[in-house]
Amino acid sequence: MRVEARGEVSRPMLVIAPFAAVAFTLVVASLFVAWAGAPLGRTYALIFDGGFGSRFAWSETLTRATPLMFTGLSAAVAFRARFYNIGAEGQLYAGALAAVAIGGLHGGTGFAAHPLLLFPAMLVAAMLAGALLLIVPALLRTRLGVDEVVTTLLLNFIVLLFVSMMLDGPMKDPAAMGWPQSVALQEELQLPKLIERTRVHTGLLWAVGLSMLLWLVLKYSTFGFAVRAVGANARGAAFAGVPVTRTVIVVALVSGALAGLAGAIEVAGRTTYVTLDMSPGYGYAGIVIAMLAGLNPLGIVAAAIFVAGVLVGADSMSRGVAVPTYIAEVIVAISLLSMLVATAFARYRLRWN
Amino acid sequence: MSPVLRLTGISKRFGPLVANDGISLELNRGEVLALLGENGAGKSTLVSILFGHYVPDTGTIEAFGQPLPPGDPAAALAAGIGMVHQHFTLADNLSVLDNVMLGTEPLWRMSSRRAEARARLIATGARFGLGVNPDARIGRLSVGERQRVEILKALYREARVLILDEPTSVLTPREAESLFATLRQLVREGLSLIFISHKLDEVLRVSDRVAVLRAGKLVATLPAATADRASLAELMVGREVPRPTPKPHAPGGLVCEISDLTVHGEITAVSLTLRAGEITAVAGVSGNGQQALAEVLCGLRAPDAGRVAVAGRVLAADPRAWIAAGVARIPEDRQAAGVIGDLPLWENAMAEHYRTRFARRGLVRRRAARRFARQVIERFDVRAGGGVDTPARSLSGGNMQKLVLGRVLIGDASGTPPLLIVASQPTWGLDIGAVAFIHQQLLDACAHGAAVLLVSDDLDEIFLLADRIAVMHAGRLTAARPAAEWSLSAIGLAMASASPLEASRAG
Repeated sequence: MRVEARGEVSRPMLVIAPFAAVAFTLVVASLFVAWAGAPLGRTYALIFDGGFGSRFAWSETLTRATPLMFTGLSAAVAFRARFYNIGAEGQLYAGALAAVAIGGLHGGTGFAAHPLLLFPAMLVAAMLAGALLLIVPALLRTRLGVDEVVTTLLLNFIVLLFVSMMLDGPMKDPAAMGWPQSVALQEELQLPKLIERTRVHTGLLWAVGLSMLLWLVLKYSTFGFAVRAVGANARGAAFAGVPVTRTVIVVALVSGALAGLAGAIEVAGRTTYVTLDMSPGYGYAGIVIAMLAGLNPLGIVAAAIFVAGVLVGADSMSRGVAVPTYIAEVIVAISLLSMLVATAFARYRLRWN
Repeated sequence: MSPVLRLTGISKRFGPLVANDGISLELNRGEVLALLGENGAGKSTLVSILFGHYVPDTGTIEAFGQPLPPGDPAAALAAGIGMVHQHFTLADNLSVLDNVMLGTEPLWRMSSRRAEARARLIATGARFGLGVNPDARIGRLSVGERQRVEILKALYREARVLILDEPTSVLTPREAESLFATLRQLVREGLSLIFISHKLDEVLRVSDRVAVLRAGKLVATLPAATADRASLAELMVGREVPRPTPKPHAPGGLVCEISDLTVHGEITAVSLTLRAGEITAVAGVSGNGQQALAEVLCGLRAPDAGRVAVAGRVLAADPRAWIAAGVARIPEDRQAAGVIGDLPLWENAMAEHYRTRFARRGLVRRRAARRFARQVIERFDVRAGGGVDTPARSLSGGNMQKLVLGRVLIGDASGTPPLLIVASQPTWGLDIGAVAFIHQQLLDACAHGAAVLLVSDDLDEIFLLADRIAVMHAGRLTAARPAAEWSLSAIGLAMASASPLEASRAG
């Protein structure tokens, strides 16, 4: 058996790839379900029901998908220019903290500015916080060639420790009975619910809107061309006069800003305050979503809903049969791996002799 | 006597492309067989099949009367087939001996038998007249010496059939001479050689028989003694090859002045003037500083000292400044620098002007850009299956180069041709038809008043096109003299002899 390059990248294969990957994932995951001793059909039915089977299931899935769309976009934009930002998790927390710093009730009262002023200020602060975190990795990468995967990944831990310090210190909510959580956001700054008596909030609209905007930018703008050119062939782009360094830095800042925004929207739409467990790995899941979506901003909406549905569905499934919720993480992880293999098959083929 | 190698009915397809179509070929003992063909004719595929890198769809190979299992490089090695690749496969940081031994010893043996290997290497070298110091670091050797190490590597593994892939493409004329002497020695020792090339003259000189491939088919096998240049060229291309015709042109005003240009470690005090309507060539073996010179003249690199003025202005080391000044740049490596393979043809065509001519309020003017790309396709005969939406990667080398050339030569919206053309190895690796086309385009642009700097290591190309020639060696450039004043031997000498390395080897 050997691997051979295809003469040309197969377009149909690229389209089929995500579906094939998901199907293959379910097959592999069934081994683990069987291992846990649960009935296969029922387990998958419960996951599907829990994720997509009812109005409530949909509302929970969409709530969970919202931050995933932001982090997915954050990864997709960066990866398009081959800037591998693995730090969305930290940038999300930084954004959440910045949002509360601007819009929180410090000592019972917040900044007295009008919400119409304070709300944008809160979002800008969150985006700045996320973007700032990437300035140093971006400069290290463009000036000295330091691998951004390492720097952004390690920054996650630094940020989490910093957030922990703030939550136990200056930003601690005195009314939280000793729990390490931040003060709450002013009520006027919280996002309205999209559907009554559910947790879906208007942050979803922001996420979908941003996906469309980024799709348009990548496809039609000169900046989008620069990003795609730099990502596809940095040397060729530089030769043609595309400012490679500047493009990479701007992309990094945009990526960080999107992840920071994920944190702010999550606080404003769902949690209202920052805790150390507000993100069950949204930053890392964003990478999976970006890959599943083939780095296409429109695809990210679908990929985020899929991943969120699996996570939510697995939660509710584990209450019905004896399979731990970790199966969701197994499914998401395997789907990433199989997606990578599936896209590789669009470029290469196996030959048996 | 039975042949040492017998290929029977070898076919190989890649999707719709038939790379090899029923090729049957024999190689006799002590014979030099030249495999001649244009790029894409199927030479490399055939050799890769022979060496076990690819599995043929049909057909069999016999080596020394024994069938060779397909797709097994180890079996090919064991059968005594050795390969010298065009791009060397040597580890620069290891010694000659290490490189030769690499892969010949079992991994689980605790001590390596260096002394034994060393003695064998020296003996092999002496037998074939390939003297190389076994302790020299590869990184310090010249290209010619590295090639000798590659050959030694194959001989050390007891190769009895040696395949040489375009072996002269990296050599000076003198190094090529010494290679030819080595090949004769190998044949005297009973080896059989397959010599891959698209240079007709050297094929006629070194080979006993010539096998001509065209579009995957073996079109002819003939004794070299009965062949001549013209007939081989016609067999190779399948039609008569047009010769480019220079239009009458007279050198005009000064366009570009390079004075005392220095890039540390690359080029030293290079001076040259380029005039409108004149082709000035920089000859030399690649790796002598031409790349640094071209990079400075493409706006990719700032010189450490000296200056370059285009139309009287010193430009910043930024490609955009050079593009705006009307410099048409053709990079040495079209795959890596000339195009962005994953992007469609039209985006590649507009890339140099994506923020100027083809932009409005931050958006790409797609319609104008696509129109421009269609113009490039038409005027430069770029064959692309999917029109302007074809990914640049899927273009053949010749069509890719036509795209690279077209986007810079076609001129701006008002049709003003470029002021200066900087072309590095513009026809490297292209087939004869594409080469002729590109030569004609350069001559035409020159006739329209462009100043042309042609950097090339192909002397045929230089004598065909250049009005003036300067030779680059070890980072220094000779004065440019009219082409008629240079003889082939004078250029060969300037390309090589001044080097201390060469001198020490001669002494």
